Amino acid sequence: MSDTATAPHRALGLTDAEYELIVEKLGREPNAVELSMFSLMWSEHCAYKHSKKLLHQLPTEGPYLLMGPGENAGAVDVGDGLAIAFKVESHNHPSAVEPFQGAATGVGGILRDVFAVGARPIAVLDSLRFGELDSARSRYLLEHAVGGIGHYGNSIGVPTIGGELYFEGPYEQNCLVNAMALGIAQHERLTRSAATGPGNALILFGALTGRDGIGGASVLASAELGESDADKRPTVQIGDPFAEKKLMECSLELLDRELLVSLQDLGAAGLTSSSSEMASKGGLGLDIHVDRVPLREPGMEPFEIMVSESQERMLCVVEPARVDEVLAVCAKWETTATAIGEVTDSGRLRVLSGGDVVGDMPVEALVDDCPLYDLAPEKPSAPIYPAPRRILDTDEPAAILPALLGSWNLADRRPVFEQYDCLVQSRTVRRPDDADAAVLMLPAAADGTHPAIAVSIDGSGRRVACDPYRGTVEAVLECAANLACVGAAPLGLTNCLNFGNPEKPHIAWQLSESVRGMADACRALDVPVVGGNVSLYNEGPEGPIYPTPVVGMVGRLPDAARAGRLGFAVEGDAIAFAGPFTPSLPGSELAKLRGEPLPDGLPEVDVAAVRKAQEVVREAVRRGELRSAHDVAEGGLAVALAECCIGGGHGAAVDFRGAGAAGERLLETLFGEGAGGFVLSGPRPALAALAREINLTFVGEVAGEQLTLTLDDDARLSWPLAELRAARARGIADALDS
Amino acid sequence: MRFGVLRFPGTCDEVDAQLACERVGEAAILWHGDTDLQGVDAIVVPGGFSYGDYLRVGAIARFAPIMESVIAFAREGGPVLGICNGFQVLCEAGLLPGALLPNKTLRFVCRQVDLVVEHADTIFTNACAEEERLSIPAKHTTGCWYAPPELAEQVEANGQVLLRYAPGESFNGSLGDVAGVRNEAGNVFGLMPHPEHAVDPLTGSTDGLKLFQSIANHVGAHV
Repeated sequence: MSDTATAPHRALGLTDAEYELIVEKLGREPNAVELSMFSLMWSEHCAYKHSKKLLHQLPTEGPYLLMGPGENAGAVDVGDGLAIAFKVESHNHPSAVEPFQGAATGVGGILRDVFAVGARPIAVLDSLRFGELDSARSRYLLEHAVGGIGHYGNSIGVPTIGGELYFEGPYEQNCLVNAMALGIAQHERLTRSAATGPGNALILFGALTGRDGIGGASVLASAELGESDADKRPTVQIGDPFAEKKLMECSLELLDRELLVSLQDLGAAGLTSSSSEMASKGGLGLDIHVDRVPLREPGMEPFEIMVSESQERMLCVVEPARVDEVLAVCAKWETTATAIGEVTDSGRLRVLSGGDVVGDMPVEALVDDCPLYDLAPEKPSAPIYPAPRRILDTDEPAAILPALLGSWNLADRRPVFEQYDCLVQSRTVRRPDDADAAVLMLPAAADGTHPAIAVSIDGSGRRVACDPYRGTVEAVLECAANLACVGAAPLGLTNCLNFGNPEKPHIAWQLSESVRGMADACRALDVPVVGGNVSLYNEGPEGPIYPTPVVGMVGRLPDAARAGRLGFAVEGDAIAFAGPFTPSLPGSELAKLRGEPLPDGLPEVDVAAVRKAQEVVREAVRRGELRSAHDVAEGGLAVALAECCIGGGHGAAVDFRGAGAAGERLLETLFGEGAGGFVLSGPRPALAALAREINLTFVGEVAGEQLTLTLDDDARLSWPLAELRAARARGIADALDS
Repeated sequence: MRFGVLRFPGTCDEVDAQLACERVGEAAILWHGDTDLQGVDAIVVPGGFSYGDYLRVGAIARFAPIMESVIAFAREGGPVLGICNGFQVLCEAGLLPGALLPNKTLRFVCRQVDLVVEHADTIFTNACAEEERLSIPAKHTTGCWYAPPELAEQVEANGQVLLRYAPGESFNGSLGDVAGVRNEAGNVFGLMPHPEHAVDPLTGSTDGLKLFQSIANHVGAHV
């Protein structure tokens, strides 16, 4: 303890070597203001010091890319001069400590990233992971995180159109809350954050600056969770969606009127990070007068003002002649705005208070000189994760299907997504549950048709834990498959890499393998990474989380009216299985329910064949030839069929004879998982035409009020639609209502 | 005809409402701080979270400068439609009977619901048929309509309930399954569901358009 007390840099999360490097860069010891600023800028959260070298593997070029990593959000071209900006970001540790505010401010932060690049936010998606729902803590975290997301997104008028939600033991202490936002802008309106023009004014606008969130990036986001996390509650920020709504409208009006040189949001590390990033990108310096910053409470120290993570604030650079106009627009939106500094050509970030210089650092030292670490990856020799708890004690497929549908990972998500407004802004063509991906229409083209974008977010931690490389490849393929099912071709993706402590060799191995898998999958699909986020140190006292790379993918389809649906739609339609799908049970949802240990490795995926199948399905959907398309994911073919039945309100008679539906292989055939499979329905001739291009097997037809599977020995399994619906209805609902 | 759609700080659905109005007429956004209604023929008070729903839903917006003009417009018989937060604001302004309380589940719910048209001979429902079912989304936390027994009886007796949730469709616990009520004079109407989100087959149903069409029919017949 005494070491920490006598070495303030350690208490702020800096190593001795890092501290010495700071002294070298400054040519002197840093004062308290400078040290707190360095500790944030050199934190894992801001500097990506353990992941940056790996991330260079990811492809960041593509034909539709307009803005890549490095800006507040990336952007792709969706035609007609329009761009979609998007990004996913984590708010894991704040949510583990205070789920409502943690999740709410996660949404607020990612929305600011999107409107900081000049795009009007049009959608939010979220990716959530908690421990199993028989734990009171997990139910509490779920209820309050969902409440926080709804509170923020609903109040600000941005629809929450999709997401994913899984429950696994390793997330018990360290839940994951990742939020993704999309925005729309004309190409020429996309705004960068570089500060330019010495003499230009720096204006801070939005909420007042308070003591909330001090040290959030370094203390909370860049260390493992421990026993005394309740003490860290003051490092969680408090969100005010009403303030953000005004801030958003104000920012967009300032950009519409072309009053700004550049714009940047204040997120982790507050004014310190936003100002130094702006200065660094512009290759210039900034003088910041902290005594001009409007405060929520009196007596704040300069360092507190510089590192405060108070929410709902933006920073912009304005030509001196435009300052009055900017202040007038802010006044119209009842948003406080203050000129707090100016752009200089010094290359230094200077902090002034009462005319005295209280901090003076080279911008480069703050932003670029943080040491980057090589990982020491090592494949663990023994399993890291305990086998899941066995909760299913049967080999009877008749009982397994309802059990899978009712399990927390597969049960109806309606009780969650109904708490989100998915409709505001009037673009939502496919709502949650309508299809594998959300679909938002774009303005009508000259011929009256509406092109559309599709979005999906995905990542299975358990499968990545089995095989970090192939599990990550699967996550990328799964997102692309979801897009294919609505007829969309991928344009770009954003990722959030949620992992444990990278200083541990086995976590470093998970991270390196996962990034390698993502890079390979992106190259194989020709989809660039437009930006993202890394969240490390996700560990609780019980150990690390499952390695969880979350992928958010955006695609485009030419005609919103033809966007695919997942549910069987027309009695008598043919049903086919399509794609290079090889089911396997290890690592599946069924294996989890049966308490089987995670396998060491997943089967290899033929990525080229999967890509081909996705293209064929996508084109068929675009031609309007299919009545439904659904990709085979958790729970395998039987669950996919049940979902198609429930989604469309139609039964199905499906013949598994000759498909290995007997004996040892029966469960694998029905419930095995893997990439590349689709359940399609439509007129038989249309499906037959696809069989010329990809693996396709006719298996039955849409019929009646029950799902019937005929097995190899002519045995029949049959479930009334009502039974399937009932099985799926309660899992999450019960947890939320308990 | 020309609609005026109000915008308070925190309003979210004004653009949606404007687009819906433009399918049957023209529409202008009216700023909360102004008092000039720009000669519009009807007012829409749209949904959202005016002033963050702080203090109490609709309680602050009711005092916005534009509301003085809206109240005067309503007193003179001008058609005023309040949707969701707009309904709450009109109740707070005393233009509509009753109040909106938190949903019985205390949660925000966004769901497509079926409504039954109780009366079709009104400014707001003349494009519908009596007892017609409309499929329109509802999304709110505070949509449980309530009135004290005497007032509720009076509202029912006067035929002021224009829309009711179809049996089993209400998630908010509204008294008598009330989804939308008018004032006694019949020129002010508020509802919790969002007809502006049901005007385009691409995004769902088009049943909500009938309410906007009704207002346009009424205004067209009275100029």
